[in-house]
Amino acid sequence: MNSRISRRRFVAGAAAASFLAGCDSYPVKTFLLAMKDWNAGCEAALFSPARTAPELPESATTPEAAFPEYFISDDAPDVPPNWFLTVGGLVERPGRFTLAELRAMTQTSMRVRHHCVEGWSAVASWQGVRVSEIARAAGLKPGVRHVEFRSFDSGYWSSWDLPSATHPQTLLAWGMNGHPLTTGHGAPLRVYSAVKLGYKMCKYLTEVNFLAENTGGYWENQGYDWFGGV
Amino acid sequence: MSDARDQQAKFRRQQPLPIRFVHWCNALFIVLMAGSGLQILTAYPYLGPRGALYRWYPLQGVAPPSWLTVGGWLAGGRHWHFAIAWFFVLNGLVYLAYLFASGEWRRRTFIPARDAAPAVAQFLYYARLRKSPPPAGFYNGLQRLAYSSIIIIGVAMTLSGLAIYKPVQLHFLTMLFGGYDGARVVHLAGLALIALFVATHLVLVALHPREILAMITGGKRE
Ligand code: HEM
Ligand code: HEM
Repeated sequence: MNSRISRRRFVAGAAAASFLAGCDSYPVKTFLLAMKDWNAGCEAALFSPARTAPELPESATTPEAAFPEYFISDDAPDVPPNWFLTVGGLVERPGRFTLAELRAMTQTSMRVRHHCVEGWSAVASWQGVRVSEIARAAGLKPGVRHVEFRSFDSGYWSSWDLPSATHPQTLLAWGMNGHPLTTGHGAPLRVYSAVKLGYKMCKYLTEVNFLAENTGGYWENQGYDWFGGV
Repeated sequence: MSDARDQQAKFRRQQPLPIRFVHWCNALFIVLMAGSGLQILTAYPYLGPRGALYRWYPLQGVAPPSWLTVGGWLAGGRHWHFAIAWFFVLNGLVYLAYLFASGEWRRRTFIPARDAAPAVAQFLYYARLRKSPPPAGFYNGLQRLAYSSIIIIGVAMTLSGLAIYKPVQLHFLTMLFGGYDGARVVHLAGLALIALFVATHLVLVALHPREILAMITGGKRE
């Protein structure tokens, strides 16, 4: 175990303790964690790969200045020179993709409502490649259950259940409202999905890994729901 | 007892055990649901989608005081809210099942043909526009109105809560409330109505302390 992981553990432990502030007795903590697991199971059971979010008309678009940007670094991280996406894990054909290569694949565009864990919603259209396309190109080996997205935003990451990641409305998006992503919205490539809360959508992507195990996530390890579906 | 049906309720305590049990469980759950809900609201105390906040909402940007919140932070509030929601709903279903199976609903629920006029008269009495209270059964018309309304509000809270919890998986439900932001309005308005009910309820029962005792011990056999 390297020091980065143990620090994460520490942060997670401290956060878990503080969210139970005032009622952090052992039975209450155990009860809340058990209910959290139970709810994650219910969320997964309720999720249908065939159910799609309604596509919205252009008139529903939120003015872009009012669409919040989100990153954990102090400033929106700049695209590293010679950026590429690494696809790995339990796949037949691990590899690297440049943005041009991704844009040469089958493209999808969708305009859907965004739901943030904080309670706000906003609408934009998103252009990119379905994660299911990437999975097809890479060839999943048996045993893949999770998909991990990693970034150059101070190590932000999030791991997903495979069915949500390969939902037809889950994209690796390079575009927003028809133009390339701005730095604030995750350039050059981010996850965009109609079926998850915003914090599950890793921006500033560097890696997509198809894995057997659930590797948590930046907020998830601090206590936020891991499934985070909508 | 003015209702003939009430007369049949012989050998029964004023407040049978199941009603007392779910009532006190519910009082606890409501406090936890409201507190954790206000914790969630604190993260974004606005109504309306980004870029088009609702002009009519007077409390845009006003976060609830932290002493009213449960959970400590957003994730904690969500864990409390989605944990207690199950017990809140289950408890409510037990209440409804008992109310109907036992026949208790006859003397407790608001039946417009029977209770509308007495409810108005009772209101006029409380407003000192009428000298004597109208004749009442087990509960008076206003009590029945309040206790039946709060059931409907509980159902609306559950449905609007599910609509904002799963706006894609339960899309039909979310549409029923006019979309995600509409469902948030209903959910928050429901909280306001619950707060109004509880405040009134507490004042009225405080004026009749014997009823509080009955809600604890069951009261006399009838
Ligand atoms: C008496 C019962 C309930 C009360 C008093 C209550 C109260 C609240 C309040 C005050 C909020 C914050 C409002 C907001 O930010 O929009 C909230 C949010 C929420 N409630 Fe409830 N609630 C109740 C029942 C439920 C139930 C049964 C569910 C079902 C799962 C639910 C799901 C939610 C969800 C998903 C949110 C987050 C909304 C958001 O992100 O803004 N609630 N609740
Ligand atoms: C500590 C707080 C509370 C006290 C002291 C209290 C007291 C009482 C009492 C004495 C009754 C008997 C009925 C009467 O004589 O009018 C009653 C009935 C009732 N209370 Fe409460 N209550 C409290 C909290 C709540 C809350 C939070 C709710 C729900 C939001 C609630 C909902 C009801 C309902 C629905 C009934 C009617 C039950 C029935 O007859 O089927 N109460 N309460």
